[in-house]
Order: sequence, then structure tokens, then C-alpha cells
Amino acid sequence: MTATVSAAVRTTTADRVEGSSVDIAVELRGLSKVYRSGRNQVQALDRIDLGFPRHSFTCVVGASGCGKSTLLSIIAGLDQPTAGELSVNGTVGLMFQESALFPWLTAEQNIELPMKLRRVPKAERRTRVQQLLQLVRLEGFGSKRPHELSGGMRQRVALARALAQNADVLLMDEPFGALDAMTRDILHHELERIWQQTGATIIFVTHNVREAVRLGDRIVLLSSRPGRVVDNFDVHFARPRRIESPEVGSLSIAVTSRLRQEVARHGTDVPT
Amino acid sequence: MALTFRPDESADNADVVDGAMSDRAMAADADETGDEAMDELGLVERELEAKQSDDEVAGELAGLDALDRLELAKGALTLRVWKSLWPKLAAIALVLLAWQAVTWSHWRPDYVLPGPRVVLPQLWHELGTGRTWTAIGSTMRRAVTGFAMAIVIGLLIGVAVARSKVLRSAVGSLITGLQTMPSVVWYPLAVVLFKLSEGAIIFVVVIGAAPSIANGVINGIDHIPPLLTRAGRVLGARGLQAYRHVILPAALPSFLAGLKQAWAFAWRSLMAGELIGGIAAISIGARLNNERDLNDTPGLLSWMIIVLIIGVAVDSLVFGVAERTIRRRRGLGI
Repeated sequence: MTATVSAAVRTTTADRVEGSSVDIAVELRGLSKVYRSGRNQVQALDRIDLGFPRHSFTCVVGASGCGKSTLLSIIAGLDQPTAGELSVNGTVGLMFQESALFPWLTAEQNIELPMKLRRVPKAERRTRVQQLLQLVRLEGFGSKRPHELSGGMRQRVALARALAQNADVLLMDEPFGALDAMTRDILHHELERIWQQTGATIIFVTHNVREAVRLGDRIVLLSSRPGRVVDNFDVHFARPRRIESPEVGSLSIAVTSRLRQEVARHGTDVPT
Repeated sequence: MALTFRPDESADNADVVDGAMSDRAMAADADETGDEAMDELGLVERELEAKQSDDEVAGELAGLDALDRLELAKGALTLRVWKSLWPKLAAIALVLLAWQAVTWSHWRPDYVLPGPRVVLPQLWHELGTGRTWTAIGSTMRRAVTGFAMAIVIGLLIGVAVARSKVLRSAVGSLITGLQTMPSVVWYPLAVVLFKLSEGAIIFVVVIGAAPSIANGVINGIDHIPPLLTRAGRVLGARGLQAYRHVILPAALPSFLAGLKQAWAFAWRSLMAGELIGGIAAISIGARLNNERDLNDTPGLLSWMIIVLIIGVAVDSLVFGVAERTIRRRRGLGI
């Protein structure tokens, strides 16, 4: 399945594949987004060039206003870019900071919904829901409603629901931001395991640098207003990592100081 | 493109971790930047020991899940029923007492304002006759028919107005205007349009109830959290499917509140219509008129109590229960 969306130029996948030999799941070329309201305009994203190889785990880090969420919305097709090209190979799933589960459905029915919408036969849906509940270790909680589950459990149901779309690309917008530290650590391990089992391509947005170093193959640093890619860090540490480990700590220091440098730049922007 | 599960791969990974003390793993890790410095501190070894297997994490996760699920035990059913019932019973007793007090004061002669000791036996007697139930039956038939039509019409108008900006600015405030207008004002027109028929009464019920229902729908759709609509779109809910699976269920609590209010309007309109009457068929309104003509105040008061009981019963047993069920299911509290 291939979908190519672009505001300025439309390309087909065939054109694109000729150019690159690496298997790319998501590619952005010169992607910009400007929000206009009346006379004001805000450049949320400025000529972003990024490629996300298939099965890769990329963390996008930036201070507030760097357009992280805009970036995910555009990749998910919820928002249109002002200029540039976007090509997405495969289906996209999106997870938010809040689980966004439907409160009128049970955990099972939430996971089932994307398959219902694609008219997957009932028997197949049932088996798949059970598989997914098992994958996120929530067997036995299928008949619970979202409000009966803890924050961490809700995010696991949301993850299962995103996977039920057969999402090849999983976009995650600070999915663990609202969880307590212990739950978050355990879910890091779980996400890593599920990523390795499913082979999905993950684009994970966070403002928590340690989390990014704990999880990512690569860390992309975005600047704020306008959102531009200012740096890239490759993370080669063996998995599974621990967030408290010295190696994660030392790379976090490097990434954080780069991020602070970027934020300090805005201190001089203040009009006098 | 479907995802394939490769459980073996992760198991392999876990093995590598478990055997982390093996030379192979040590060598691989020692290549990493910064590890030499940490090795000097003796940290690498402890760090590797600290790595966990999937099974260990699964155990911790199960523990957290169990800790998060501290359920509060519910009290016994009879106790809960009694807790919600006694204030109501006490209120009824107080009202009866006040009524009795007024009768005792001889403010009006007994045949004009009889006390509960006369009216309640009369009510009991009325409830034992077939004529009473025929009257209640025909009134309830009108209520149900009119209310059902109001739901269909209100829902359609509500969705249309919530969807279209033009429609909203055109008729949005008109709907609220209609809601404030006593629907019995429409009755003379209804009689002209439908003659003295069931149609005229049902028309008044519909026009009394539909605006509240439409407003409930509009309100519900307007207040859906944008996060849910976005989630629906990402999951592939478009067009009609989005309405069926996301928008209408999300708007349901507000829709129900609209229904509850609409029922109050419908019941009032129906009683007003039946009282103005002119329609020969036996009904609650016709019986009220009848008792007044006969100067039978105990009968009149019995029928007023019947009107009150039906109104309250439908409100609390139908809409109240539905509302509470939905709020409980969604964890909205009571």
C-alpha cells in the first residue's frame, strides 16, 4: 500500500523508489507548514527533509513550539502541508499523549473498531483482538471500559488499537508523557519488545531527552519557530537499554546541551 | 500490508541479555562510546546485570496492573436502594402532611379542597376501574407516538444544523426560540390544519419536544473532544461511518439530556392539548375536564396525581436510568 501526498508536487512511489535504494517507509522533502490567522502567520515547519527507513525507531525531540505534533499530524494525513512533498509507504497509526480510547466501548471493542471500519470478517476480528491483547499483556482485561483501566493500561490498549489497523508506520505523540516514572520505564521495555516483534516503523515524538535516548535508533532534534531539523544523533547502544544507565545518561547530556543551545537562541529574539 | 509477528526474535534478544556476561556481549558493548570510562568506574558490569528479560518485565507489569486495580466494594443492593429511596419517601410524607394541615385549617370547605384522606382512597378506586386505564392508555399512546416522531425529526434537524454552518446561522437561534415558545400556542393552528383529530394533539407534542432534542444533538456534537474525532479519522472512520461509530456515540450523553428535557415539554404540551380538548376520545385531559364539570374535586385531584406520577415515572425510570447507565459506563460519575 502506498500513499503519496504533497501540496506542491505530487509524486508517485515509482518515481521515488528509483531515486533511493534504501527501503524508506516515510519520506519528507522540503516540507513546510505555515499557520495563518488573520495577519499573523506562524511558520510551524520549515523545509523539513527527513527519511524514515523501514523498521527504524526514530525519536523526534524539541522544545515547545517546534512543530513536533504538526509533523505527526501531517504524516498521519490529519493536516495538509503548505509546501513540499510527503510520501508514506503503508498504513499509519497514531497514538496521542492521552489514550483517546472511545469511552463508550470496552477495551476489546476499541481494538476491534479499526478492523470493523475496514470490514474485516467477524471471526478474524475476534482472533486478532485476542492476539493483540496478548501482545500488550492485557488478556483478561478485554471487557473493561477505559475508565476502569489505569493510564498505562489505557496506553497499551491504544497501542493495540493502532496495531489493529495493521499500521506499518506508528506515529507516537508523547504517548508516555502523562504516566508515572515506573510505569513509563516498563512501557519503554514493552514498546521496544512490540516494535521488535511487529517490525513497525516508529516515529516517536517526545520532549524527554532521556526517553528518546532510551528508545531511539536515531534522535532528530528540531528547532523551534520555525521548526527545522538542526541535528541528528545515531544511537548505537545495545538493547534493551535502561534509562538510568550511564551511557544513556551521557548521550542525554550531549543532546540536552544541544537543545538548550537552540532554545537560548530564542532569548535574543525578544523584541525590545 | 500486514504485520508479521516474530516472537522468536525477541526471545533471542532476551537470551542475549540473560547471557550478558558472555564475552560476546561484553565485547559488543565495549565498543560503545563512553563505555571505557564507565568500565573504569566498574559500572559496565553492574549495568549489564541490571538489564532485564521480557519475563521479568512482564511480571512487574502484571504487578503494576494489579496495584492499579483497587476496586471499591459496593454495598449491599437493598442498602443502596434504601439510601436513595428514603429521602424521596420522606419528601412525599412531608407534602401529604402539609396538604392535610391546609385542610385542617378549614381555609376552604372540605368539598372544595378535600384532604389526602379523602383523595387517596378515591385515587385507589379510580385505578381499579377499566375506564381509567383506557384513558391513561390513549394518552400514553399519543405521548409515545408524538415523542417518537419528535426524536426522528429532532435528530435529523440536529445533525443537519451541527454539520452545516449555513444552516446553523439560519435556524440555530430559531430552534432555541421555538423551545421557549409554549407549544400550546400552536394548538389553534393545529386544529385548523388537522381538524379536531389525534393529528392536532400529536402535532403539538412534536413541536413541543423536537427543539429540545435537536438542541441536545447540536450541543452534543459541538462538545465532542477533538481528540476523539482525530482518533476516529486516523482509525479510518469517514462519512457515515464516522457518525455511526464516533460522532453519535460521543454525543449520546448530551442527546439523552435533550431527551429528558424534551419529555417534560412533550408531557406538558400533551396535557395542555388534551385539556383545551374538543376531541371526543377518552383521555386523561378529557377526564380532568369531566371531573371539573361534575364539581368532583377528589376525582380532579386524583387525576392530577396520576399526571404527576406518570411525568415523574417516565423521567426517572426511562431517562434517569438511561442517563445513569451511560454515565457509569463512561466513568463520568453521577
